[in-house]
Amino acid sequence: MTTPVITNPEQEVNELKTIIASALQQAKSLGASAAEVGVSAESGLSVTARLGQVETVVFNRDKNFGITVYKGKSKGSASTSDSSPAAIASAVKAACDIAQFTEADQYAGLADDADLAKNIINLDLYHPWALSPQAAIELAIDCESKARAYDKRITNSEGASVEAYQGRHAYGNTNGFLEGYSSTRHSISCMLVAGSGDGMVGDYWYTTARDTKDLESTEIVGKKAAERCIAHLNARRIATCKAPVLFAADIAGSLISTFNAAIRGSSLYRKASFLVDSIGKPIFPNFVRIYENPLLAKGLGSACYDSEGVATNSSDIVTEGILQRYLLSSYAARRLGLKTTGNAGGVHNLFITPGEKNFAALLKEMDRGLVITELMGQGINLVTGNYSRGASGFWVEQGEIKFPVHEITIAGNLRDMFAQIVAVGNDVDRRGNVITGSILIENMTIAGT
Amino acid sequence: MSTSLSIAKTTLLDPAELSEHQLEAVLNSLMSHHIDSADLYFQQSRHESWTLEDGIVKDATYSIDKGVGVRAIAGEKTGFSYSDDIIFPALQQAANASGSIAKSGQSARIKAWHRGSAPHALYLPDDPLASLQEQQKIALLQQLDATTRALSPYVSQVIVSLSGSYDTILIVASDGTFAGDVRPLVRLDVQVIVERNGRRETASAGCGGRTSYQHFFAENRAEELAKEAVRQALVNLESLPAPAGAMPVVLGPGWPAVLLHEAIGHGLEGDFNRRGTSAFSGRIGERVASPLCTIVDDGTLAGRRGSLTMDDEGTPSACTVLIEKGILKGYLQDKHNARLMGVQPTGNGRRESYAQLVLPRMTNTYMLAGQHDPAEIIKSVKKGLYAVNFGGGQVDITSGKFVFSASEAYLIEDGKITTPVKGATLVGNGPDVLTRVSMVGNDLALDNGIGVCGKEGQSVPVGVGQPTLKIDELTVGGTQQ
Repeated sequence: MTTPVITNPEQEVNELKTIIASALQQAKSLGASAAEVGVSAESGLSVTARLGQVETVVFNRDKNFGITVYKGKSKGSASTSDSSPAAIASAVKAACDIAQFTEADQYAGLADDADLAKNIINLDLYHPWALSPQAAIELAIDCESKARAYDKRITNSEGASVEAYQGRHAYGNTNGFLEGYSSTRHSISCMLVAGSGDGMVGDYWYTTARDTKDLESTEIVGKKAAERCIAHLNARRIATCKAPVLFAADIAGSLISTFNAAIRGSSLYRKASFLVDSIGKPIFPNFVRIYENPLLAKGLGSACYDSEGVATNSSDIVTEGILQRYLLSSYAARRLGLKTTGNAGGVHNLFITPGEKNFAALLKEMDRGLVITELMGQGINLVTGNYSRGASGFWVEQGEIKFPVHEITIAGNLRDMFAQIVAVGNDVDRRGNVITGSILIENMTIAGT
Repeated sequence: MSTSLSIAKTTLLDPAELSEHQLEAVLNSLMSHHIDSADLYFQQSRHESWTLEDGIVKDATYSIDKGVGVRAIAGEKTGFSYSDDIIFPALQQAANASGSIAKSGQSARIKAWHRGSAPHALYLPDDPLASLQEQQKIALLQQLDATTRALSPYVSQVIVSLSGSYDTILIVASDGTFAGDVRPLVRLDVQVIVERNGRRETASAGCGGRTSYQHFFAENRAEELAKEAVRQALVNLESLPAPAGAMPVVLGPGWPAVLLHEAIGHGLEGDFNRRGTSAFSGRIGERVASPLCTIVDDGTLAGRRGSLTMDDEGTPSACTVLIEKGILKGYLQDKHNARLMGVQPTGNGRRESYAQLVLPRMTNTYMLAGQHDPAEIIKSVKKGLYAVNFGGGQVDITSGKFVFSASEAYLIEDGKITTPVKGATLVGNGPDVLTRVSMVGNDLALDNGIGVCGKEGQSVPVGVGQPTLKIDELTVGGTQQ
């Protein structure tokens, strides 16, 4: 038994489109003035091996149908995991029933016709992996055994996992938009433990891509997991101080994601962001450019249209440190008296332009300070910009890593942190929807002993 | 037969005309492989949520999810598959996939069904979504919005949300388990943004439990939420930068027990301990807290958000002592990890849905009351932090390092609570943080029913509780040195 590779993805997407067309028709006949439907169907295989033995084999098969209907300016939504015609009919009815009770919101409604995506191109997102459980198990065991053999200080393991997913997605609305696509996503990951007793530490590494050709090898994943894990051995706390902080590339994306959350439409019209009314203002130093590239072939965040069918936006968000635009859906745009930016549902491949320096050169530039490789907790207040999170990483003196550090916090205000970015590295991590190198911040408060 | 079991059968098996004989056939076909145990988990979950913003109830959503998960276990191996069609062929197909982890051959028989009624009824099997008319739900939100706005002229934004879910499950397993549970869950939240002299702050308050929407009309609960959210937000308008560094920390009663959930609870879950990857692995019988600390995980509290009549493997929930007078006593177990560790399951096998694997998880985790008057505890601190409200937390199981983020805190100076300070993350080490507990209050309180615990991508409702606690040293992640 292998993962069922979709042999004719186009036909399968057409099946979803048929479901959508029928549901939209039903909504209309139940008195909806407008409606929109998103449908997805995903299948996958996920295998974990630990200490050389298979531990779990999971066959995934997830479907989701979601509808939003409008009766005038009143709105109702419903969803179901059951794709039978009866379940879909009852979801459509439930959404229509809700719309009878909700109150009119003058800004509610579908995206405007003029904003809907017209140019639908193939973004090369579908690269199925015909992976049998046995082959997946062998890969996972191979990855984990290479990782465990890498260094004798590796004492235990949470296992290595291999996952292959494929999905079909379609969206349609009563303004005549009806599109769909197929996509895949695969990954290999490994999580290890080094040391023992009070000195035990864990870390992991993973690779993920649309196409197996773009995955790192099991050997590289295992080696990186092992290297990262043993680097934390004998970590200590440091005294409370103020110092420069370098966010390693694999976690630096979280800083930019926080920026995204602060310029998201819903944060702005609620005035729940410290970046309210910031268009045209400097938020970052003038060397910083942040832009969206939604049409990147094989991109993990690639899309021709957003979650309401609006064309995605290949444009700058920050140019020379100055905020150019927000991240808006049609609803948020109407609330703010602006145009939608094609960001209903989020960003699509957000890049921060890398600088010239690699990680080692950034350490030299920092000279003395803290490298952060792990962040913990959710201590971020978007309304005030107050930032305080648990962290671990490495202390740096004279541009070189001296020892691992744990059980500390880093704190500051996001407004200051963004303004005090000193450099962005060229050590770009491409495993997510936010693509950045390491980010060096001039000064933060580090709390320790 | 218990009411819950008959509701579960009617809801999940009858529409598909699935007979007990067919369930038996599926399990028997699985057990004809080298399989130690197998189970079928049928679920229907209905959920709704109504949201008020800008003074109008502008959105509501309803969802219905249904399916069956089939799990087969052979030694340390688990095969798992699921289907959103509850029909016999889909069940057989899922069983074939799950069973593929083991070669066919050795034939084991499933045990005869034992249908015990639940030992304790902790909640009524009634649909909370139907406990109010739609107009009444809207009226509740509108009333609460008006109440909140009337409390202070500085309130600039109010978001109120009401949600309810009704979960019906049926578990049929090769060990003879044949059990059903019907689980209501409701929640009401108020979030406010206040604005004064150009400074904005936010706060929220919520409550709920395994009950009906009538819960919010009792004891002025809805109104109390409004008052609490506005009070916190106004306090935060006055807050100064939080201190940075190690200092004595006094945690208020109730929700600050997020500490226990992160620092202790996760590290005592059976899976990590079976694998030896928890900072608490192999430490049963050792001192991991001061003798003042006794901590339990108790799924048997009536109506509580984290409570379960039985867990998602059909094991009755229990009150499990984790730490007794500072000594580590026990782990939280599902059937699989309990069997591999040679201990009994503790009723902590939980899953977010039929489409997820069972994991050992917490229910309601709390510390028992001590002897001290809370005022006396504050008075004992020369210079430190008093933290009374928290956002989320997180833990690194292996190293034991954990964080939890205060959203309302004050300085303690010369034994008195003084200035409010901005939110800050507190960081510590699980196996030693509680060894520094020097005073435990007599004011045990449980949280109001808003906890959500995430593990391996699965969310489940949980509860926490504690009395006022003094920790002699904990690192506070503010900005003021």
